[in-house]
Amino acid sequence: MELFIQQLTNGLAIGGIYALIALGYTMVYGVMKLINFAHGDLFSIGAYLGLTLLLSLGLVDKIGVLGGILLLMLMVMGLVGIIGIILERVAYRPLRKADRLSAVVSALGASIFFANSLMLIYGAKFRVYPHNILPKMAVDILGMKIPLIRILLLLASFILMTALYLFVQKTKTGTAIRAAAIDQGAAKLMGINVNKIISIVFFIGPALGGAAGIMVGLYYGQINFLMGWLYGLKAFIAAVIGGIGNIPGAMLGGIILGVVESLGAAYVSFAWKDAIAFLVLIIILIVRPTGILGERVAEKV
Amino acid sequence: MNRKRIIDIIIILVLACAPLFLNTYWVDVLNNIGIYAILALSLNFILGHTGLFHMGHAAFYAIGAYTTAILNTMYHIPIIWLMPLSGVLAGIFGYLVARPIIHLRGDYLLIVTIGIVEIVRIALVNNIFGITGGSNGIFGISRPKLWGFVIRRPQDFFYYIWIFLGISVYLFYRLENSRFGRALNYIKEDDLAAEGSGVDSSGYKLKAFIIGAIWAGFVGNIYASKMTIISPESFSFWESVILFVIVILGGSGSMRGIILGSFLIIGLPELFRQFASARMLIFGAAMVVMMIFRPQGIIPPKPRTYNLDFLKLGEAEK
Repeated sequence: MELFIQQLTNGLAIGGIYALIALGYTMVYGVMKLINFAHGDLFSIGAYLGLTLLLSLGLVDKIGVLGGILLLMLMVMGLVGIIGIILERVAYRPLRKADRLSAVVSALGASIFFANSLMLIYGAKFRVYPHNILPKMAVDILGMKIPLIRILLLLASFILMTALYLFVQKTKTGTAIRAAAIDQGAAKLMGINVNKIISIVFFIGPALGGAAGIMVGLYYGQINFLMGWLYGLKAFIAAVIGGIGNIPGAMLGGIILGVVESLGAAYVSFAWKDAIAFLVLIIILIVRPTGILGERVAEKV
Repeated sequence: MNRKRIIDIIIILVLACAPLFLNTYWVDVLNNIGIYAILALSLNFILGHTGLFHMGHAAFYAIGAYTTAILNTMYHIPIIWLMPLSGVLAGIFGYLVARPIIHLRGDYLLIVTIGIVEIVRIALVNNIFGITGGSNGIFGISRPKLWGFVIRRPQDFFYYIWIFLGISVYLFYRLENSRFGRALNYIKEDDLAAEGSGVDSSGYKLKAFIIGAIWAGFVGNIYASKMTIISPESFSFWESVILFVIVILGGSGSMRGIILGSFLIIGLPELFRQFASARMLIFGAAMVVMMIFRPQGIIPPKPRTYNLDFLKLGEAEK
């Protein structure tokens, strides 16, 4: 039982991170029908920028742990978001009218470009986050000691996701995003500036990915320039499990994937951990070809 | 003879003489280009002609290579005999994995095929059934022997690989221009309309998958005997991505484009060696730039033309 609860909370924490990255995939896909393969690398950029800012600004010493990390996160989210907007302008906008797979190849090129820029700037070795930022406390829940950081992570991803959900559902801009996702042409006719909406989506998605990057740095303590591939792939799976293009689906998919993977690694086999994630994906897609919450699109004739 | 054919013949002649004036290193680069070109042509059948988003082609390649490696090192079966078997096993594997997922649409198929290649790689790393040698792989694979002649040096392999490429180009060309090829193109353009015209679209998609898988299995056999040592890292998701990029960047559906694409994707990083660690950075940026300037690929396929002479349209005008 102890092991189960530990793995469950671990899975929830990682699932929250997956969900945050998955939101970037799913929002971009919703509006542009493009799989942004560079998204995983934006997430690594977030992790590295977080490390640089953490070490150079010393925010944690100046304004306390919680405030410092909060401020750091906001800064990184802003910076990664801006990189996201630039990425869309340079690599995707010229291809908007082209074949969909051309944009996929452009995204793969951008991904190689980002990963190798990180390697050139920070080196190919693992970089270590300072391990004494967050207090190494454990919270006692029902007689079980759960590390504080897990709860904070879950809380942080929950807050970010709620904020996003409210933004998309309740604000005017959010409504415009949803409209552009359903039908770009009709949205344009209704006076929505679709280019602006796409830029906003390319700000929000990478910003959430950047936040997830810092979370991974804080949780695991080390980051690598290639980690974006694996996390990006997992988050993409999460988005597809939930039904790509569907925002609550990405959140649900992330949590499901995190928990299944964590429990699978503990009870089935650690070596097969990544294969379990893909197996879950394949089984879910065989049963529900458009994901759990994905709407069944009728074929247009 | 038109200009295109003359250029083709010149390129073939230059390639045929290439081992005479290139050193071993560059001959080996050409061998790699050839291997990727054959793999990309087989992927082209699935991705370019049928329009199935398949990003897991390295899985079939891996099945072929491991079939050859295991049977050759354990039972000492000659490499050449194993080539058909590698293809058949890769094809059977292709059938088994594609059967349940063939109905998935576009991007869903893409992620599932990524999943398949990753599961295969993880299975190989974890030494499934205790025969794949784990992450170290299998070594001591013997060389192919043709009529008493052992193919050993890179120069020998050059002719072995590029003649195989030539045969593949011919067969794929025949297949493209057959009833089967036209049906695949119809499915790519509009599978609902194809279905409405009596084309069994899932059946054809499945057949395209199997043919691509069989061919990748053959290449796996060649690769295993060329390297004499194989490990799971050679069949990662990344390899599938490279093949995918070759097809789209070269021009999906166009064999000239895909062979040129293999030269660019496999050859260019070799030319960039002087930039050392920045070469992949340049490579990534180049991919984006090439896609922006040639979104249809470098040499897009020509639209199909049909000879309508039998309708005697010209005579009516006279």
